[in-house]
Amino acid sequence: MKEPYAVEMRGICKQFGSLIASDNVDFAVKAGEVHALLGENGAGKSTLMSMLSGVYRPTSGDILIRGRRVNIRSPKDALALGIGMVFQQFRLVHTLTAAENILLGEKTSVWRGKAWMRRKMEEIGAVAERFGLKVPVDRPVWQLSVGEQQRVEIVKVLYRGADIILLDEPTSVLTPGEAGQLFETLRQLRAAGKTVILTTHKLREVMEIADRISVMRKGQMLKTMNRLETNERELAQLMVGRAPSGALKPEARAPGKPLLEVEGLTVQAGRGHTAIRNLSLTVREGEIVGIAGVAGNGQSELAETLAGLRSWIGGTIRVCGREWKQASVRTAIESGVSHVPENRMKSGMAGSLNIVDNLLLKTYRQPERSRFGLLRGRKNRDWARTLVERFDVKAAGLDTPVRQLSGGNQQKLLFAREVDRDPKLMIAVHPTQGLDIGAAESVHRLLLGLRAAGRGVLLISEDLDEVMQLSDRILVMFGGAIVGEMSRENADRERIGLYMAGLHDVAEEEAS
Amino acid sequence: MNGKAAAAGMEAEAGGARRRPSFPRLRIEIDPVRTGSPWWVPIAAVAAALAVCAIFIAANGVDPLAVYKKMLTGAFGTRFGITETLVKTIPLLLCAIGVSIAYRISFWNIGAEGQFLAGAMAATAVTIYLPDLPAYAALPLMTALGIVAGGLWGLLTAVPRAYFQVNELISSLMLNYVAMLLLDYFVFGPWRDPGGLNFPGSPMFTAEQSLPAFGRTRLHFGLVFALAAVLLYAFTFRYTRWGYELRLIGSNPEAARSAGINLNRQLLFVMLASGGLAGLAGMAEVSGVAHRLMYGISPGYGYTAIIVAWIARLHPLGLVISAFLFGGLIVGGYSVQTLGLPSATSEMLQGAVLFFVIAGAALGRVRIRRVK
Repeated sequence: MKEPYAVEMRGICKQFGSLIASDNVDFAVKAGEVHALLGENGAGKSTLMSMLSGVYRPTSGDILIRGRRVNIRSPKDALALGIGMVFQQFRLVHTLTAAENILLGEKTSVWRGKAWMRRKMEEIGAVAERFGLKVPVDRPVWQLSVGEQQRVEIVKVLYRGADIILLDEPTSVLTPGEAGQLFETLRQLRAAGKTVILTTHKLREVMEIADRISVMRKGQMLKTMNRLETNERELAQLMVGRAPSGALKPEARAPGKPLLEVEGLTVQAGRGHTAIRNLSLTVREGEIVGIAGVAGNGQSELAETLAGLRSWIGGTIRVCGREWKQASVRTAIESGVSHVPENRMKSGMAGSLNIVDNLLLKTYRQPERSRFGLLRGRKNRDWARTLVERFDVKAAGLDTPVRQLSGGNQQKLLFAREVDRDPKLMIAVHPTQGLDIGAAESVHRLLLGLRAAGRGVLLISEDLDEVMQLSDRILVMFGGAIVGEMSRENADRERIGLYMAGLHDVAEEEAS
Repeated sequence: MNGKAAAAGMEAEAGGARRRPSFPRLRIEIDPVRTGSPWWVPIAAVAAALAVCAIFIAANGVDPLAVYKKMLTGAFGTRFGITETLVKTIPLLLCAIGVSIAYRISFWNIGAEGQFLAGAMAATAVTIYLPDLPAYAALPLMTALGIVAGGLWGLLTAVPRAYFQVNELISSLMLNYVAMLLLDYFVFGPWRDPGGLNFPGSPMFTAEQSLPAFGRTRLHFGLVFALAAVLLYAFTFRYTRWGYELRLIGSNPEAARSAGINLNRQLLFVMLASGGLAGLAGMAEVSGVAHRLMYGISPGYGYTAIIVAWIARLHPLGLVISAFLFGGLIVGGYSVQTLGLPSATSEMLQGAVLFFVIAGAALGRVRIRRVK
């Protein structure tokens, strides 16, 4: 008899309200393989994983684990079946040590004396060592790097006896170097007979690590294949549904006068932590300057400072030659700075308000939008209608609360607002995060349109492909400073990766 | 997103699936898209409150239907009842609009009672210290001082919150007691009517210091204040720039900040307006109804207004309706005393209504589904 699949899902459907997140999905994973679930953001990968790990339950369909039909009703059930999940956002208590986090779910012993702890530490150590995972078990989690935190999560799952390990977008937070280490770990897990399923939308990783690959698009399972029988090009086509259009290529263009001049900028974030130290950069007319870097190296603070939301303690900021005296959103808006924040629903939009109100957000003070303290209702609606059409926002009507729009349409709306102001300088932070290819492309087109119109763009993104594709110059941020700069012509993925990881010396060496 | 996660967390545990496969299970889900609850929830809440209170009334040996009927006729059945109800509606509506403005930006002002008293005291101060002013000077001055005093009393909550992150729930509640004690001081002390036989109250206002009444009823000019305030409230939030800014803050303070709105400053303005309306209610009450400042001038209007605002979901028309209903509840509460029930019966009803409205708002997003 054929050996049963470690995981088999048959005809899985999952609906959230009117949204179909999984549409009759069949999915099978062999025991002892590394299986990659490939798809764009929103393709339904995470939903599928969540159903395996007991976070959601399918609306219909069957799940079989090692050939037996099961009903996974909670993460506890999943664990009892030997399924452990490493979430994209780690589930760790920051003030506890790594070991304490790993033992959190432990319920076997009431008395936890020193001897018990010592024994447990040994057990954890043994598990970690067996799979070559270096984890500083006795340090509090907040002191650990992101890569180390992820390893704690993996050890936690292994320690609890999982042999089917799910990883949701495991590399999205890692530097290229840390990702390499993760893959090494995954190979060891495979060698030890564990089954690994990971989701990703990065083709390079899939080709590097997976044995078999399943591709999803818009909630549907398209195809499962062996890595050896496919290639990146085919996968990309499946994933996006058409051949990538060879990407938009910005036309060559000589940049003009400086629009944004930042010199020696130093910014403190909470608790005396210096988020940006002595940073200088210039953005000129008709130029896209890309900032690459792993999240948390000061990019968010830089964007907030330039949007007038955060005050600085040293250095100067000049926009169009005029120096800013203090942090002020009004000044930023009035000097023509547009800001597309990294988390649109958190700070860019008011979810319960309608489309018109959200479009008004930056311009409601202007005489065309309000006078004598009253909003110009009808005029604003007409204006909003033209914007919705021009930027191709799909919505039931102008009175729809923006929370009900899809991510792509929300982002289009946000861009409509920020671009319609005819900004001199656009600060776009992760502008295509969570968007499908089509929406991302229209965002890219908008940014290139600004550039062509002689505006300046500061593009802050974790998506290296995006930065490399659009930017005239690429700056790499690490530890609150700019550690590397390259023009488009001599941009080199490997070198950017080294800079991002804080290995400037190696990067400089390679360059010379 | 959170809704989905919460749904997972709330899944009803009914024993292991593999052990009891045939047991039909219900699943509680929170709709991730929907917020708020259907329009009929407040009505259902009132009905549920009536039903629950009926049990307690019956336990007192009285027929609940008779009680409700008595309350209904007492409050709305006669001309006198209706005008009395309207008299109670005025302070309730003004205070409820006041707290609604604050609630629109998620500032939990529960200090309308104190702000009401501050307004009442400030208006009375005019009658004490400038007793001979003619009506055209006295009434506007009393009105203005009432609003200002209520607004300043509101600022006592807003300033600490804006600049020192002091929780407004606690400070606004505590300031109610401060205002009550201050009232006691005045009516037992310096402002006590020398000819009042030790009654804890100020001297009666003169006709010059009293708001005009409609005909021979006790219904007074305050009704115009209250209706004007509702219109202004509706208009501000719908059509004005300031109202837009407040809606923005209420929906997402972070987004408001990135629109260049100074949140702290807006908080101060909002509490000036919120307290000012409660203060106006206090002024109207002393000048229009009691014609003096006295001990226990407010039977808890400032607190009942919170319930009124919640039932109305801060909606202008809803505020008018619910303030009127609660005015009726107070008046009806007086009339059930003849049936041998304490007038606290109506307070019990008020409490029960609030309870069910809040529960309804929370449960409005929940769906119960059968799982195969």
